[in-house]
Amino acid sequence: MLAMNYRGPFRVRAEQRPMPEILHPEDAIVRVTRTCICGSDLHLYHGMVPDTRVGSTFGHEFTGIIEEIGPLVTNVKIGDQVLVPFNIACGRCNFCKQGLYGNCHESNSMATAVGGIFGYSHTAGGFNGGQAEYVRVPYANTGPTVIPPDMDPDNAVLLTDVVPTGYQAAEMGGIKEGDTVVVFGAGPIGIMAARCAWFFGPARVIIIDHIDYRLEFAKNYAKCEAYNFRSMEDPVVFLKKITDWYGADVCIDCVGCEAEGNALQTFTGKMTLMQAGAATALQWAINSVKKGGIVSVVGVYGPPFNYIPIGNVLNKGITLRANQASVKRLLPKLIEHVQAGRLDPKGLITHRIPLEEIAEAYHIFSAKLDECIKTVLIPSTKP
Amino acid sequence: MENNNFDYKSIPGWGMDIDEKNEPTYPMKNYTGDDHKRSDYEKPLQQPVDIELLKSTERPAYSAVFGTSSPPSGLSGMIRRYAFEHSEDRYRHWIPLILADRVNAWEGIIDDLKKGIIPNIPAERGWKAELKYNPGGLVKKVVLTAVIGAVLLSYFKRKK
Repeated sequence: MLAMNYRGPFRVRAEQRPMPEILHPEDAIVRVTRTCICGSDLHLYHGMVPDTRVGSTFGHEFTGIIEEIGPLVTNVKIGDQVLVPFNIACGRCNFCKQGLYGNCHESNSMATAVGGIFGYSHTAGGFNGGQAEYVRVPYANTGPTVIPPDMDPDNAVLLTDVVPTGYQAAEMGGIKEGDTVVVFGAGPIGIMAARCAWFFGPARVIIIDHIDYRLEFAKNYAKCEAYNFRSMEDPVVFLKKITDWYGADVCIDCVGCEAEGNALQTFTGKMTLMQAGAATALQWAINSVKKGGIVSVVGVYGPPFNYIPIGNVLNKGITLRANQASVKRLLPKLIEHVQAGRLDPKGLITHRIPLEEIAEAYHIFSAKLDECIKTVLIPSTKP
Repeated sequence: MENNNFDYKSIPGWGMDIDEKNEPTYPMKNYTGDDHKRSDYEKPLQQPVDIELLKSTERPAYSAVFGTSSPPSGLSGMIRRYAFEHSEDRYRHWIPLILADRVNAWEGIIDDLKKGIIPNIPAERGWKAELKYNPGGLVKKVVLTAVIGAVLLSYFKRKK
């Protein structure tokens, strides 16, 4: 089968790889119909995530058709069209039982800090991902969700990660009616977080980034204010000023470890790896939020550590809430939002590229060429 | 896990300030008290461990399912095995893994050559897309690389 093969930082290719097999009675084999490149895939692509091994296949956002099931799979059957949450969750451990499907304890032997994730390095369990024609899906009774027959497949694939992560980013902010929310990052997650923030009743939603075409897109898609931090002397002072010198009620970090904007963070985090990437967005979120405010973090940070102003978290009485999105927990509500027309996930897609051209697709997304927001890869096995 | 050494509930005031609303993980976590059972829960069947699988020192057993992509091998594998002797709290775990990744990239090139494949590195880096959407940028990169290469070459030639 054709699949992505990671060869080292900034190097990927599509080539023939062995078909995946059933290795556990609760496995399913899915023939992929849609798969996306996530912003967090770029951290793998850039060599920022420890234990990313040559020969791996990335891809944690995919939909497909069940082709084969293990003997204990009962919740899906061969032929079902499914969307597969990016979390690999057993449904039985004490974390899954409490709705923390992104923190499953039985899907990753290699790191206790991370639950199993499709195609996200051995730090996240060493599973090959969905940027391929076929993929092995463990715990098929828990994760895969049958796609409603009238749902656009492009919407379905964005329900595997982008929509739930953006929604949970807003949810973790504890947004109250009348709040001012600042979202850092105008990538797909940030744009979705800004859009979903409105579900919680704020009065203002502001998005900050440094790329004009993304800010323009966010303004229109998420109906928010958008500002370019490159035009500011000091983004924190700017945000204090536009919030009556009080600070935002809620700040959401949708950038993660490859943030721009601070020379010291960039030098220590991206150039010399003295910390796990540049935590500039999180630093600004902590410093821009009001005293007693909430900072919500969905931007991906890898191990080991980052330099953030933890003293300000203490002294300002900030609540920090963070997690990988619990997709399964959120799907019923989000499917309803999409089917009711309140959310338009496929509106984020700007590029549809054949799986064979995956090297170009990664470069377009990484270098932000051609005003790329979100890329969907189409395997040739798509019906 | 119960503390069996003494009756902690007999401590004066134990439990009198419990506030159900003080649950900062709501609604992301449906608090059920199951955490107090710790590792006592119904475990799925164990996937047979028939490959070399490195395991965090912070857990006693393998997870019930695991990925089988790229088991450790070669020099990078040796470095990874060393890394996994140390906990996730330690730099000695993560820095060697990053080093192993860099070594692994070179091993990948050697592997390709052994199989008679000459890796098309410009294609793997997506230079086709760069040429299509940012040709000026590509030219700059190539020229810069050539200049740096020439400077380094002449420096080392002079040293000899």
